Amino acid sequence: MQKAISVSVNGVSHQHDVEPRLLLVHYLRDVLGLTGTHIGCETSLCGACTILLDGQAVKSCTMLAVQADGAEVTTIEGLVKDGKLHPMQEGFWERHGLQCGYCTPGMIIAATQIIDRNANPSREEIRHGLEGNLCRCTGYQHIVEAVEYAAKKRSA
Amino acid sequence: MANKYVGQRIKRTEDPRLIKGLAHYVDDIRLPDTLHVAFVRSLYAHARINGIDASEALKASGVVAVYTGKDVAKVGPVPCASALPGLKVPDYRVLAQDKVFFVGHPIAAVVATDAYSARDAIDLVVVDYEDLPPVVDVEEAAKGGTIIHEDFGDNIAYKLTAGEGDIDAALAGADKVIKQRIVHQRLAPIAMEGRGVLARYFPGEEELTVWSSTQIPHLLRTQLALMIGIPENKLRVITPEVGGAFGSKLNVYAEEALLGWISIKLGKPVKWIEGRRENIQATIHGRGQVGYVEIGCKNDGTITGLRYNVFADLGAYHQLLTPAIPTLTGLMLSGAYKIPAIQINITGCFTNKMATDAYRGAGRPEATYVVERAMDLVAAELGIDPAELRRRNFPAAAEFPFHTATGLDYDSGNYEAALNKAQEMIGYAKLRDEQKKAREEGRLLGIGISTYVEICALGPSQAMPAGGWESATVRIEPTGKVTVLTGASPHGQGQETSFAQIAADELGVDLNDVTVIHGDTGIVQYGIGTFGSRATAVGGTAVLIAIQKLKEKANKIAAHMLKTDAASLAFEGGRYSRQAVAAATTGVSEPVVPVGEAPAGALPQPETEGKSSLTIQDIALAAHLAKELPPDTEPGLSATYFFEPKNFTFPFGTHIVVVEVERETGDVKFLRYVAVDDCGKVINPMLVDGQIQGGIVQSIGQALYEEVVYDDQGQLVTGSLMDYAIPRATHVPWLELDRTETPSPVNPLGVKGVGEAGTIGATPAIVGAIVDAMSPFGVRHLDMPVKPEALWRIINQ
Ligand code: FES
Ligand code: FES
Repeated sequence: MQKAISVSVNGVSHQHDVEPRLLLVHYLRDVLGLTGTHIGCETSLCGACTILLDGQAVKSCTMLAVQADGAEVTTIEGLVKDGKLHPMQEGFWERHGLQCGYCTPGMIIAATQIIDRNANPSREEIRHGLEGNLCRCTGYQHIVEAVEYAAKKRSA
Repeated sequence: MANKYVGQRIKRTEDPRLIKGLAHYVDDIRLPDTLHVAFVRSLYAHARINGIDASEALKASGVVAVYTGKDVAKVGPVPCASALPGLKVPDYRVLAQDKVFFVGHPIAAVVATDAYSARDAIDLVVVDYEDLPPVVDVEEAAKGGTIIHEDFGDNIAYKLTAGEGDIDAALAGADKVIKQRIVHQRLAPIAMEGRGVLARYFPGEEELTVWSSTQIPHLLRTQLALMIGIPENKLRVITPEVGGAFGSKLNVYAEEALLGWISIKLGKPVKWIEGRRENIQATIHGRGQVGYVEIGCKNDGTITGLRYNVFADLGAYHQLLTPAIPTLTGLMLSGAYKIPAIQINITGCFTNKMATDAYRGAGRPEATYVVERAMDLVAAELGIDPAELRRRNFPAAAEFPFHTATGLDYDSGNYEAALNKAQEMIGYAKLRDEQKKAREEGRLLGIGISTYVEICALGPSQAMPAGGWESATVRIEPTGKVTVLTGASPHGQGQETSFAQIAADELGVDLNDVTVIHGDTGIVQYGIGTFGSRATAVGGTAVLIAIQKLKEKANKIAAHMLKTDAASLAFEGGRYSRQAVAAATTGVSEPVVPVGEAPAGALPQPETEGKSSLTIQDIALAAHLAKELPPDTEPGLSATYFFEPKNFTFPFGTHIVVVEVERETGDVKFLRYVAVDDCGKVINPMLVDGQIQGGIVQSIGQALYEEVVYDDQGQLVTGSLMDYAIPRATHVPWLELDRTETPSPVNPLGVKGVGEAGTIGATPAIVGAIVDAMSPFGVRHLDMPVKPEALWRIINQ
């Protein structure tokens, strides 16, 4: 049994018939070929699969593709606008907020939401905002600095 | 070499693809008609398999094949590279034969047209288990009882004694001997990307390509060729982006060989992506030692000797380096101190668990923890300040190279300088006063200190199972672009950038003209790989020396083209100039290669007429065109070098931690974390900081949260990230970092290595701080992970 869904991803609308049990993250990766969204646990614990769904950061391994029917999704591939990096991407590059890069797409997406909600977050607020995202490489400090960089850049 | 890049905080060249989500990890590589593999894994720690019925699975939709142990009895075995005297090596087949030995032991491989179908079908494979008593506790394993590998007669894989000096006399002659049982709990490396393999066989060409998330593409190629039984030159291993490894991918796994074998069997690409549950079950674990330390000291704090009797929980089988890890512990038992007599007695034991192997630090965190905890125990016993006790036992800077009673020669060091700096940064003297005051107020404030030394740049080939050198090829292409092929296989450390820094400075070219290629055995000359904090010290040095070789040739060609002799040319800023006029030409930019003027399709011609200098890129073009070469000169401009280090390197440092334990909850709160690390010369300080920070946070994980727990039936009870707790952003304090820089004499770059320092130096400082905080209750030692509950119980006993 397949169900028809219509999803807008990074501004492009897609129609597909999908199995009802297909996870959103697999829809993005395997059906749409957007492999920037990663899988680190499949159990909603690591945040590697974080995307924006109607502007909210959600873990796409914990949603079915059919639940995204009619929604607007932004993935890491959608952050570059007119060839320019999002300030958060820039911050991660400037401040060495990534090593292996595996957690990075989810981390960057989650971090954009932190500064969307709070233009000038404290270090503690940043850490709190990143609590759903695991990174095994960086120890988080450079990520916190990256978010500070992006916040400053955006409000400048 | 003029340092325009080396030593600078250069942004990583690998980042743009990663931050845009455009990089390719194994699972991001898509080949048409790929089949997907899922594994049936043992539910039991120890059981006989009386039968496997795959008939229902084979009928399921999408299922193409199911393979079990008897299909692959000839594939393998999974290799163990360490050759210790008398080592017992069980025959480790890629799928279980008649018995399973650990939870997660692969029993059958299901191949289907898509990943969901493969996953569904593994539930349809019926395995008839007859459970056997499991061996879980390592000390019990040593005693006998149930024997895991019956042919061996016991569960002891090996026993080894090492060390120099008369330990019995040293302990007998001590004023005090302090003993402590020390546990290094099992840890799971938890790279955020699990393992993953994609294999594609071309039956016509008889070529197999294996994409694997590994740290050692070339060693893997050699081993897979042997395991699968195909010629090594028909096998290509490609390591795309690797999402973290920490030693867990410094291995050769059953699944890697199986996927290759299945692809050959079916003539189609096959893919397996490890799930997190599989990752915690069946990717190597780290640590897993239970030991007893005895340390002897004089009343003035001088250490006379140290003995460590350790039971190493090896797991059911040896993976690549399993038995070797505890021997590294033995090597590092002198720590940063002059200890005249040291002995380690290792009993390596089989248990019904996943194998332990190299997890970041690999045997050294265990050693450092033993030595540093022992130093704290001595300090407490003698009433000497722990920093002062350490200082009294340091070798002085002038005593290097320093020979230890574990048989090593530390290359260079100035331990006191790092300690002094860290004490200054944290305001040590004042801190002790504050602590006194806090204690009077009933607050549980603790200060922990660790003055560690570690062993890096693994290592001289004599001491390594499969060669300890590293390779580099550097070539300048006709268009002047520089290509560096390194045998190291970085996976997050940033060597695409740091090696480009080395190359750009040495060649005097722009950093953006350098591309560093790694991780593809079809492109890169044989290499050893990235582990043991070796890539820069050994692989970076190979790059440097390859360039120096290349420049010898370039110099000759330049002299020929400029019609002078080689010795009269100076190289500066990427340019060979006649020395007499070198000064005059500085700052004058001569037209380089007139690319725009060349007829379409033709290569530009280097102009030498009337020139007094040539860029190395001019020379590269001339070397490729080969019209104007000195006699007996090979065309082209490239050089390969295999660097064999003469010794290891020994980075060191001091970490000081301040914590407060909350009386009401037993929670540990970090108040300060100061680390002064010395990893020799620094190529890119930003990357070094990143390595230190990541390592410290993994240490915080070990000290406070992480533990792979098997229950008494050998069931893995920490099988997901819900139960196996790695640190989150809110768990870690701000880390105040600084460094001292003591160059290593072992390589011309003077670098030592930094990948593991954080996991080695930090754990004892953190635990030491908690023990110090709890000392009003008479606490002298605590086992990791130190949980609030344990502290709360002590506070409320
Ligand atoms: S993969 Fe979705 S939270 Fe880990
Ligand atoms: S950069 Fe590797 S997991 Fe975060």
